Amino acid sequence: MKHFTYALALATAVVAPQVTAQGKSAADGIAEYRKMLEDGNPAELFEARGEALWKQRRGPKNASLEQCDLGKGPGVVKGAFVELPRWFPDTQRVQDLESRLLTCIETLQGIQAADIAKTPFGRDEQRNMEGLVAFISTESRGMRFNLPQGHLEERAMYELGKRAFFYRGGSHDFSCASCHSEEGKRIRLQDLPVLTTNPGDGVGFAAWPAYRVSSGELWGMQRRLNDCYRQQRFPFPGYGSDVTVALGVYMGVNAKGAESIAPAIKR
Amino acid sequence: MTPMNRAAWVLGLAGLATLAGGTAFSADAALDARMAAMMKDSFRDQGIAKVDRLVQDLANDACSKAAGGDLPPALAKQVEADNLKTVKPPSDGRFLGDWRRGERIAQSGRGMTWSDKSTKAADNGGNCYNCHKISEAEISYGTIGPSLHQYGKLRGVTDPNSPAARPIIEYTWGKLYNARAYSACSSMPRFGHTGVLDEAQLKDLMALLLDPQSPVNR
Repeated sequence: MKHFTYALALATAVVAPQVTAQGKSAADGIAEYRKMLEDGNPAELFEARGEALWKQRRGPKNASLEQCDLGKGPGVVKGAFVELPRWFPDTQRVQDLESRLLTCIETLQGIQAADIAKTPFGRDEQRNMEGLVAFISTESRGMRFNLPQGHLEERAMYELGKRAFFYRGGSHDFSCASCHSEEGKRIRLQDLPVLTTNPGDGVGFAAWPAYRVSSGELWGMQRRLNDCYRQQRFPFPGYGSDVTVALGVYMGVNAKGAESIAPAIKR
Repeated sequence: MTPMNRAAWVLGLAGLATLAGGTAFSADAALDARMAAMMKDSFRDQGIAKVDRLVQDLANDACSKAAGGDLPPALAKQVEADNLKTVKPPSDGRFLGDWRRGERIAQSGRGMTWSDKSTKAADNGGNCYNCHKISEAEISYGTIGPSLHQYGKLRGVTDPNSPAARPIIEYTWGKLYNARAYSACSSMPRFGHTGVLDEAQLKDLMALLLDPQSPVNR
């Protein structure tokens, strides 16, 4: 695995200067790179692990997650990802994939959700979350985002997500919109997706979870948002907290019709 | 939460309610209250990044609510006037430092995240290249802000100490110190006002932009 990561890192190093020299944008370079790796995205290793975890009996209740309801009925995985976050009557909350998984893990397997939420990314139970989100998003790969907005709370969370998206604060007065509300902008050489509208197939919301070549990790949307807030110089958003779910609703509804390529591959 | 933070939160909530306007019971006001509660419940302190960073002054509150749109002209004027008042000229009256140090500050994107150790300005960078083209030699620059290449030259600054250059020198100092003094909802951080950069660092950035010897102007 480690060897594989090195090989990938090397591939990036070789590819990147060439595309710059040819005057292509970073997005073109990444698209080309993604094409090269189509048959070998390391996310597949996480997917396989996630599928095994889904079926494995675990926790104090020694149960699998196969009866987990991701919004389309117990055990239905296909197509669930492109309709999340959504309203769940049993928890009386709008939940994204990861906060919903916490509910399933706690109710079905008896593992405490709060403990998982407190675990640092990339460790212990959070590593299991990486596999699970890879597996579940893979089952919707190629499908188009279509988040439900029928429930009053789903619409309220959209409005709250919009407010959160434009909320300026922290030491630098940044908001999500500082970087993601205008076409054709970039930070250094990194192209920035516009997230206030549909940015297109496999871009922005439709590209996460993703395997990150630079760190050899698989990041779910929770970790992606967490690192956005770190760079925004905000305090720490709780794992599965309402602000992260609301942002998911805002970006997901805006991305209606965009094709999901998750788990994608990122630099 | 410290008592002071709590007071700030309460004030923040009161501010939200006031700004929601005369309609005492609108759906917007209800959502604003939920928004305030959501932000309070969703975040926690981590390292140097404390939850008091979510407290908004008038500028951030108004610009957040405008959601990318313009503020009403009177409010924009008030925000700009409030922010202009915060601008402190350099204590020794000298506006320009060393452009070489300025280039290093412009290159550095470090500082103020929860993974950074200190909030001292001296440990922070200016993040300038993240958003602006500045020196020609640096091709890895962002485009969120305008190009600053040839900043002084294009504005006719040949001698930064001359009376003729004074207005652009003062404006540039003000812009770096508190960008919202000139544009109420500018995306640029208020480096001096918020203490992200100190006076010496601001002077070095001034030199990067305005010294005729700086690579920006050559």
